[in-house]
Amino acid sequence: MQFVLTFNQPMTEIERHENGADAAQALEPWKAYMSELSAAGVMRGGNRLAPPWTATTVRVRGGQRTFQDGPFAETKEIASGYIVIDVDSLDEALKWAERSPSSVTGSTEVRPVAMPPQ
Amino acid sequence: MNEPQGAARAAAEAAVRASYGRLVAWLAWQWRDIAAAEDALSDALIAALTTWPRDGVPASPEAWLMKAAKRNLLKMERRRRFAEDPTLTVLHPAEHAATQLPPELPDDRLRLMLVCAHPAIEPSIRSALMLQTVLGLDAQRIARGFLVSPEAMTKRLVRVKTKIRDTRIRFEEPEACDLPDRLGSVLEAIYGAYTLDWDSDVSPGGEGLAAEAWFLADLVASLIPEDPEAQGLLALIELCEARKPARYDAVGESVPLDEQNPFHWHTALIDRAARRLHHASSLNRVGAFQLEAAIQMAHCSRLRSGVTPWSDIQNLYEVLLSLHPTVGANLGYAMACAYASGEAQQGIDVLEAVDPKVRESHQPWWATRAHLLAKAGRRDEALGAFDRAIALTRSQAMRRALTRQQVGLAGPVH
Repeated sequence: MQFVLTFNQPMTEIERHENGADAAQALEPWKAYMSELSAAGVMRGGNRLAPPWTATTVRVRGGQRTFQDGPFAETKEIASGYIVIDVDSLDEALKWAERSPSSVTGSTEVRPVAMPPQ
Repeated sequence: MNEPQGAARAAAEAAVRASYGRLVAWLAWQWRDIAAAEDALSDALIAALTTWPRDGVPASPEAWLMKAAKRNLLKMERRRRFAEDPTLTVLHPAEHAATQLPPELPDDRLRLMLVCAHPAIEPSIRSALMLQTVLGLDAQRIARGFLVSPEAMTKRLVRVKTKIRDTRIRFEEPEACDLPDRLGSVLEAIYGAYTLDWDSDVSPGGEGLAAEAWFLADLVASLIPEDPEAQGLLALIELCEARKPARYDAVGESVPLDEQNPFHWHTALIDRAARRLHHASSLNRVGAFQLEAAIQMAHCSRLRSGVTPWSDIQNLYEVLLSLHPTVGANLGYAMACAYASGEAQQGIDVLEAVDPKVRESHQPWWATRAHLLAKAGRRDEALGAFDRAIALTRSQAMRRALTRQQVGLAGPVH
């Protein structure tokens, strides 16, 4: 079954990835992690997200539209990417989440893709 | 109710009490769906109540219930698959039909408890989940024990069962490296259920959850006799139960441990716990439950020696705190320090080490502090601490006991 792993990271870590001097080094553990996932054959897709300062949040209330610069809320950890993996159980998905670099610097959310309604 | 109906109902109830957990565990294990297993079994029970009075109670009520529940699960499964794929008209009956009934129902209850204590499940719901799935208690009764509304408890239990089903939490035994932690979580959840009654007004023999938690502790200890912590937990509960007859006086008021009459304690139960603890220590793996039990055993030694061995208790708490520091253990340690040395101040100093954020709303912290301040002769501070403890107490009996101590301390004004 499919699970989405969302990588949440603190702003300092996200900035490190965007900074020319640090970026290559910051990327190393991610490359290693992604190749482990591919080698295990569980990877079904995913994307890295552009930094949060490129985000725009849209709301419509009572017909009025507002745009807000940035992600929807001030949180300590911000989503920096996600992947979709196909494994047999939550236990296996948790094992993969545990190995993600984001679990050390921030957190990784594990959620199954919804089943069709019964 | 006429005679055969009464007999059938009694037989059904007896079968349920003896084997509800084993039936649910086995069905949930086969289908990986706790809620569906429970539904199928409860439908089977309803069927039993109409069939047994007419046809007689079957030779093996348990096997009958399992067959009926399995049929219900297959029916549900067929409906579900048909809804998912309308072109499917014939189901592969071979798939589940191949699962022959085992000659003896295997005991999957421990496996089910390990699922209930999975790290992805919120610790605060694990006790309730175990009580429901293994013992078949209804959400209403569990909610009363947890002092929450039945609606809130039902919602949480439904959600957690959905999570177990939809994320396919593994029902297989955890990997060897994870097993000790998971067993520890199972024991903690059982103890959590056992201690619920302490801060509520459940009278001995009432409808509290302590007896149910005791049953679970006994079950786990018998399923894994070589696990010293499982034995430690059961010994701890046996010792607490042994003192129950002395915990309330003739008018139902609660009596503090050091004022209890040890001749009202249940000596056979204390002896059983002593043997159990001895066996646990021979397995050479010390743990928090064994230490807690050893502390309670030391308190019980007053029965024979007439005195409480406070310095032994202090030593045991030191080991416990080094292994598994908790606020509860810290309070026990504070009392032991004060009584072993005869100086209340030593205990008060230990209490000061507890995180101010935690102690602020911690009823036992304030009660212990009030007690030690009174012992130190700091009357006004003690009266204030009693006020805080009383305000934080949920149990009526406990509140009356604290108020009595406070009034005794305030005494006649000089």
